[in-house]
Amino acid sequence: MTDTAISVHNLTRRFGDFTAVDSISFDVAPGEVFGFLGANGAGKTTAIKMLIGLLAPTAGDARVAGLDVVKEIEEVRRRIGYMSQRFSLYEDLTVLENIALYGGIYGLTNAEIRTRSSSMLTSLGLTDDLVGRLPLGWKQKLAFSVALLHQPAVVFLDEPTGGVDPITRRQFWELIYAAAERGTTVFVTTHYMDEAEYCDRISIMVDGRIATIGSPSELKQKWGVPSIDELFVRLARPS
Amino acid sequence: MSDAAVIVTDVSKRFGETEALAGVTFEVANGELFGLVGPDGAGKTTLFRILTTLSIPDAGSATVLGLDVVRDLWAIRSRVGYMPGRFSLYGDLTVKENLSFFASVFGTTIEKGYDLIAPIYSQIEPFAERRADALSGGMKQKLALSCALVHRPEILFLDEPTTGVDAVSRREFWDQLQTLRSSGLTIVVSTPYMDEAMRCDRVALMQGGRILEIDPPSEIGTRYPLPIVAVIGAERYKLLLSLRDAPHAHSVYPFGSELHFTDDRAGFDPVTVAAELREYAVSKGFKDVEVKPMEAGIEDSFMELMPPPVQRAS
Repeated sequence: MTDTAISVHNLTRRFGDFTAVDSISFDVAPGEVFGFLGANGAGKTTAIKMLIGLLAPTAGDARVAGLDVVKEIEEVRRRIGYMSQRFSLYEDLTVLENIALYGGIYGLTNAEIRTRSSSMLTSLGLTDDLVGRLPLGWKQKLAFSVALLHQPAVVFLDEPTGGVDPITRRQFWELIYAAAERGTTVFVTTHYMDEAEYCDRISIMVDGRIATIGSPSELKQKWGVPSIDELFVRLARPS
Repeated sequence: MSDAAVIVTDVSKRFGETEALAGVTFEVANGELFGLVGPDGAGKTTLFRILTTLSIPDAGSATVLGLDVVRDLWAIRSRVGYMPGRFSLYGDLTVKENLSFFASVFGTTIEKGYDLIAPIYSQIEPFAERRADALSGGMKQKLALSCALVHRPEILFLDEPTTGVDAVSRREFWDQLQTLRSSGLTIVVSTPYMDEAMRCDRVALMQGGRILEIDPPSEIGTRYPLPIVAVIGAERYKLLLSLRDAPHAHSVYPFGSELHFTDDRAGFDPVTVAAELREYAVSKGFKDVEVKPMEAGIEDSFMELMPPPVQRAS
């Protein structure tokens, strides 16, 4: 086992003349909650796609769960969970049917699916129902739990709380904390700057580069700002 | 005629089992910047669709600019601007073609509306020949706002214009709204972001098809019914769980770099609450915990007013 959950070295992606991700380097420790921030178009989605093996880097390399994201991509995919901002479960299946489906895809045994389903329903306080009938916040909590079903080393969450009510948004973050306590590394993007403060460390991407990285309190001190919101505005629109 | 730009009286709307609006009543004054604040599913979009004559209420009535939303729909349509939540422009038309199209639908031209849209449109005019699909999120939003304004409406309805938009573009967008407001335009805007509510003249907090409270944003926090204190300390998740077990804990929520602790004893002195809580945290092994009395904000109030989240939407 390596001592970094994610290790990125000079990672670069160009589309024609446009450099979407420009030689970024950073590490994320196991069990860390890492906030990956940036304005729309700063290169976050391109970077995440490379880390989960959906896009090949133009240059540089990245290891996730100790594995190379290009050469060992199949193994990487088995060791990570991913939850996109678009809801990804099947609305016309029930909660348990969705869990069974994803459990099957991840190669869990029927016995494993049974135990994990029932503990998931208990911990979420959810009864079995058509997923399409759940309010958005519950869908998002369920999608997160399903992304953790195969007990991945690292889970990637792309704007998981957009449009969710303030209480459910906080319940979602408690699920994140609980997963991190169990040793799962959490890599999360958000447009809510108060949520940036919940992370152990954050980075802010500007024009394809990482403009700053550190714990929220370190960064506020270093840049002399009262909040991450202020820092974000300052870095993302230098004027 | 009444001075109100919008009058909504006991409006209800149901879609099958789901009660999208359950008897909503409010007024928006002429020239007001009025915010509808609430999460996905609160009923904001249904309300916008009724006010822009795209949907008919099951019960209740509503007027916009003194006109009835059911009887006078054609008269209303030419006088309101509407920016729906989903990107509503033609992706395969250019920026300029989209704007010309919306102008011509309303029987006008870009030139006639130009002075009104100039502060916003001038920022995307360098890309006038670019296809709308190829614009960034922030630029699409500026184009959509220009298209909603080009026929010089008397009132503007904006449904979640900043959802999915980054924190910097959100601020810029709200700067533009405030400029429009000072020109006398009435604006009704919805948002899931509580910080944006601060920039409205008045806000309605919405949840589950109901309005929980309507007030100027600065007053909403002052109506908070219980003592509330801010807690700052290391090991935040453990601290959060521990504070939930504190005597008289009503609610504990993370808030940026702090935790907000609400005490269940109404009228109790927050300074005493802070002192007791600090003692409690120390007794549980948390060192260097800072606890201080605070004023509740909009998001604190919203969470206090919200019915507890349940699995079924209705």
